[in-house]
Amino acid sequence: MAQTAMGRELSSAAAAESLQPERTSLRRMTLLRPSKGWSALKLAEVWEYRELLYFLTWRDILVRYKQTVLGAAWAILQPLLAMVIFTIFFGRLAKIPSGGVPYSLFSYAGLVLWMFFANGLSQGANSLITNPELVKKVYFPRLVLPTATVLSGLVDFLLAFLLLIGMMFWQQQVPSVNLIWAPVFILLALVTCLGVTYWMSAMNVMFRDVRYTIPFITQLWMFGSPIVYPSTMVPEQLRALYGLNPMVGVVEGFRWAVLGTPRPELAVLAVSMLAAFLLLVGGMYYFRRVEKVFADLV
Amino acid sequence: MGNLAIQLENLGKMYHIGHVKAPYRTLRETIIEACTAPARRMRQMFRGTAAGAADLRARFWALKDVSLEIKHGEVVGLIGRNGAGKSTLLKILSRITEPTTGIGCVYGRVGSLLEVGTGFHPELTGRENIFLNGAILGMQKSEIRRKFDQIVEFAEVEKFIDTPVKHYSSGMYLRLAFSVAAHLEPEILLVDEVLAVGDAGFQRKCMNRMQEVGQEGRTVIFVSHNMQAVTRLCDRAILLHEGKVYEDGPARQVVSNYLHSGLGLTCLREWPDINQAPGNEKVRLRAVRVKDEHGELASALDIRRPFYLEVEFDVLQSGTVVYPLLGFENEEGVTLFVTIERDPRWRRKPRPAGRYYSRVHIPGNFFAEGTILCGGALITESPYICHCHEKYLVAFQIVDAPDGSSARGDYGGNMPGVLRPMLDWQVEYLGEPQEAEAPAGQRVQ
Repeated sequence: MAQTAMGRELSSAAAAESLQPERTSLRRMTLLRPSKGWSALKLAEVWEYRELLYFLTWRDILVRYKQTVLGAAWAILQPLLAMVIFTIFFGRLAKIPSGGVPYSLFSYAGLVLWMFFANGLSQGANSLITNPELVKKVYFPRLVLPTATVLSGLVDFLLAFLLLIGMMFWQQQVPSVNLIWAPVFILLALVTCLGVTYWMSAMNVMFRDVRYTIPFITQLWMFGSPIVYPSTMVPEQLRALYGLNPMVGVVEGFRWAVLGTPRPELAVLAVSMLAAFLLLVGGMYYFRRVEKVFADLV
Repeated sequence: MGNLAIQLENLGKMYHIGHVKAPYRTLRETIIEACTAPARRMRQMFRGTAAGAADLRARFWALKDVSLEIKHGEVVGLIGRNGAGKSTLLKILSRITEPTTGIGCVYGRVGSLLEVGTGFHPELTGRENIFLNGAILGMQKSEIRRKFDQIVEFAEVEKFIDTPVKHYSSGMYLRLAFSVAAHLEPEILLVDEVLAVGDAGFQRKCMNRMQEVGQEGRTVIFVSHNMQAVTRLCDRAILLHEGKVYEDGPARQVVSNYLHSGLGLTCLREWPDINQAPGNEKVRLRAVRVKDEHGELASALDIRRPFYLEVEFDVLQSGTVVYPLLGFENEEGVTLFVTIERDPRWRRKPRPAGRYYSRVHIPGNFFAEGTILCGGALITESPYICHCHEKYLVAFQIVDAPDGSSARGDYGGNMPGVLRPMLDWQVEYLGEPQEAEAPAGQRVQ
């Protein structure tokens, strides 16, 4: 009896939902039931929560450098200090080639984008376990949390990027019109970072081992990307394979657009873009599949 | 689609709790387990099942076969002991966690309030936190902007609105947090025990606000241990026991049955029928009550004020030497202490048959805040006889003062410890710092 009433209720609700555009006054219906296997991405729902995304990003930006003496200067100091060290050891001592531009600029340009990626990844991967009260006490599409953390890193990146432009003028390296392509590579870095972060943050909830492996992963990944060396040092027949690391296309493309170093081969770029896209989509599906247990495990 | 707000069919939620160790395992099994475990874990990781060796874990059904219908505009109280499944049900309704079995439908925009101040950041100002917390609770920016002045006024923090909340007193912090939540206006509001915050005046204000929300025709589901609040706010109450719906009906009736059934621990436990009272042919326990200093039954007690517990028991066989005993335990199950009646007039004295009334005074500034569970027994000490023993008899809540006058002072964070005495500290001023002088070690020679 109750079963049939339920069935009627459900089917009429399902019918109502398909009619939604015409009859928006109808109450929204939410189904509660155990999910099995892969579920839909429900990106429309994430879009619905865009204001929350905005506020969480804003919070991360506001609190990032609270109670530090140097404040936002850290956004610039981090890549700058790394640049000084790399220029001394890799540029001066190891004499690694830098594609016709000063090694300091070469490494700084790579580092600016790399730091965005690495910081976004390490903070994003921990975003669910460092905000347990948000996961356990309120509902929102969980994708919002790592996304906000990664997005908040864009502000740091922008500051460091402005310094890069300043440094170029200082060293009399005027950027060419190719600069208009820079946003494409920044976006690609963002896509890559989000993709990896979705995988890592979701796994991190279930296996805290992830938290401890991230520093090693980022370090290893940095040496697997053309940050301190140009990708021309990689044997030619391995380049397409090398491009499977999306950060190869990102960093080489960004340097080409900003500094005017040789443009990476289109094949490498295409492989990198495809890899980044697959990482993102795969990461989102994986995240959605396992997010149901987050509240019980965080 | 009718007037239904919530409809649940056979809803269940299972948790895995800890490992259950097999009595022993052979070396071969251990080796096989060690070799196959990583692969199994990888599989679980991709399926999104709980981490670890699930098959070796004990299962626990937090909710089982819950079927319910709640109509729009109903104000429903959800009652039951700790661990009865109330919070789990709210979490499922608000989609924080998924049910393990069954199906449910929720019609309308849900706002859940399982905790006040979720997402509050200590470094942000009151103003910033209002926006952040509002967004987390599901309010639109325009909605928060419109209600901003009301929220600030309700919280009574106008002067400090641009101060980081880490400088707030705990009272101010709670008022602001609750105030944001109180202005949430969804079609269906789910509220966990969040009203037990702040001082008495603010609690009254919160109750009034809750009542208003109910009268506006919104659907409210309200979890509480405060039976007075449930009967006052709700038309209907649902009693959960061990994950199942035990009783569902008019609030007054369900609450009264709950209080007398012994299912719920409250400040009062009585056995009107002597045959059901715990004990034996010599003695029977008849009542245990928690009362505040004015002699009123009280389930929530101010941490600063003294209170007392009373035990009533019957001696049926004249000449019995018997003492009541009370044991106190906190929510984590830590036994705090046990106390045995020590009135010198009755020490080692055979008691004539009849009703006895003992009471024990507990000083103020003694227990830490939280729920205290109290069990008891009737015993003869030597030779030792335990006439009856009840693990849990009554429970009460110790509420800390947010205005800085308790041992907590103005500290608003988590204060560890099972007791919270107000101790006598003395300070002496030793004069201005003497920087110019040589370090102490050198001065001695």
